[in-house]
Amino acid sequence: MNKLRTGAFHTSMILLSLLWLGPVLWVVVMSTRSFDDIAAHGVGSLPQSFTLDTYRQAWTDGGELRALINSMLVTVPSVALSLCLAAMAAFALSRFRIPGRRTVLLLMLAGNLLPPQILLIPVAKFSELTGLYDTLWALIAVQVGFGLGFYTFVLHGFMRDLPGEIQEAATIDGAGTAQIFTRVMLPLTRPALAALGALSFTWIFNDLLWAITVLRTDDNMPVTPALLGLQGQFVSSWNVIAAGTVIAAVPTVAVFLRFQRHFVSGLALGAVK
Amino acid sequence: MTATVSTTSVTPTRRRRRSARLSPLLVAFVLVPFAVESVWVFWPALQGFWFSLTRWDGMSPPTFVGTDNYVELAGDATFRGALLNTVIWLVLFGGLSVLGGFGMALVLQKERRGVGFYRAALFTPVVFSLVVTALVWRVFYQPDGIADTLLRAVGLEQLIRPWLADPQTALYAVILPALWRQIGYVMVLFLAGLKAIDPALHEAARMDGANAWQRLRHVTIPQLKGVNAVVLSVIVIDSLRSFDIVWSLTKGGPYHSSELLSTYMYSTAFQSLRLGYASAIAVVIFVLALAVILGYLVRAFREEA
Repeated sequence: MNKLRTGAFHTSMILLSLLWLGPVLWVVVMSTRSFDDIAAHGVGSLPQSFTLDTYRQAWTDGGELRALINSMLVTVPSVALSLCLAAMAAFALSRFRIPGRRTVLLLMLAGNLLPPQILLIPVAKFSELTGLYDTLWALIAVQVGFGLGFYTFVLHGFMRDLPGEIQEAATIDGAGTAQIFTRVMLPLTRPALAALGALSFTWIFNDLLWAITVLRTDDNMPVTPALLGLQGQFVSSWNVIAAGTVIAAVPTVAVFLRFQRHFVSGLALGAVK
Repeated sequence: MTATVSTTSVTPTRRRRRSARLSPLLVAFVLVPFAVESVWVFWPALQGFWFSLTRWDGMSPPTFVGTDNYVELAGDATFRGALLNTVIWLVLFGGLSVLGGFGMALVLQKERRGVGFYRAALFTPVVFSLVVTALVWRVFYQPDGIADTLLRAVGLEQLIRPWLADPQTALYAVILPALWRQIGYVMVLFLAGLKAIDPALHEAARMDGANAWQRLRHVTIPQLKGVNAVVLSVIVIDSLRSFDIVWSLTKGGPYHSSELLSTYMYSTAFQSLRLGYASAIAVVIFVLALAVILGYLVRAFREEA
């Protein structure tokens, strides 16, 4: 009876896992098929050919290399800057009696919960006004501004729960506020920073809406919107589109694999807070 | 450090805070981030409300038209369709991802052989962007793609249709990949919540003769109250924001059949260049989200207090 149950559990879960992994594997396989093979047998058939030329086409002809560089130029500074600013705010708000600190914290969180649609037009216009429109700077600025509230909220919850004695000891040893922040608080907050870092990397890297709002030129587009462009450029070249899709997914998958534990706990950290 | 730890370990005792006077550095620590958010979030949000009362093509200066845009919205069939689709999206995408995610969390909560692999499989799509997800599923929906091949294999070829191009099916064909990606995410949230439940409670209930269903009903679900509230808020906000997957698969078409408020707002703003009217749609989205945001904040406020 018990054996039967275990068998049923594994059978159904393996089927379910296939349902989840199947489409991904299919796209990876398709990215290695030749155009003629797909044209002759359709996207639904099993592969009859193998080529990696699709990757070269997506990489150079499709402009994915440029797009990947743009993505990294936006994502890395955005993550670093927003975590840095959020950690500063969280530190001051959680460890010192700043008047109105609770209101400030919740206001910042509320900003992140706003639907971005209400911000799109004003942000597009504001970036035009400041000359940032269609530059990666505009995207960095808006990603930092929009994410800050949430990161501050999570880091605040984390820092608040650190024991006060550590801070007191550092103060007695003659450390100033800045030193307490960089030498004591930041190292202690590392697990939360790692979690948020992994999470925000995928969020910013995967973003579409902000990119197509503040950027116009194809050469400036990060990978996610570029992938949509690839579709128009290589209509029905499903193998090249598939290769482009794989390329666009590699960085976030890499971050995920590297920071798996942090990533998952980060998701929960954010949501359960 | 997981959520579960941080929510349960909040010490009620007020610890003594150091340094009563505020150094300029500390003030800057708060003000700089706050200023950044003000410039890119708070101030634009206020402007958004103002723009919704104007007629504006983005080139010439906006002209004040009062509530004209809202009056027009009330009679706009496309808007009403998008509103209805957003509600369908909320119920189907939101409801099914909560049910699916909770179900999978229950099934996979016990550590046993293979569980790690199954969790990872369900979680994999969460890592991808919705644009990547959309392209993966495009292969599925292609004429003669995987969906059609499967249907043919089981002898249901009469069901075959252009899934994304048929107004009857487009919205649902878009919801499916969105769900595929969301279920793993919701599962992680519930797994964290389930892990935080004291096993002694289940033990006690079992001693009292409660069966599995009763334990779920009277122990597990009440214990997850906090997680439930957050998951629901996250889902509602996510549903109202949903944009990427629809934009990458159908752009709201065909004939607005998969149009959501968010996609309608975007195309009205940046393709039709009716910035005032689009702002009014954005305000509607905001008002719908507001109830959730307030609920979320009230809860956060209580926890912070």
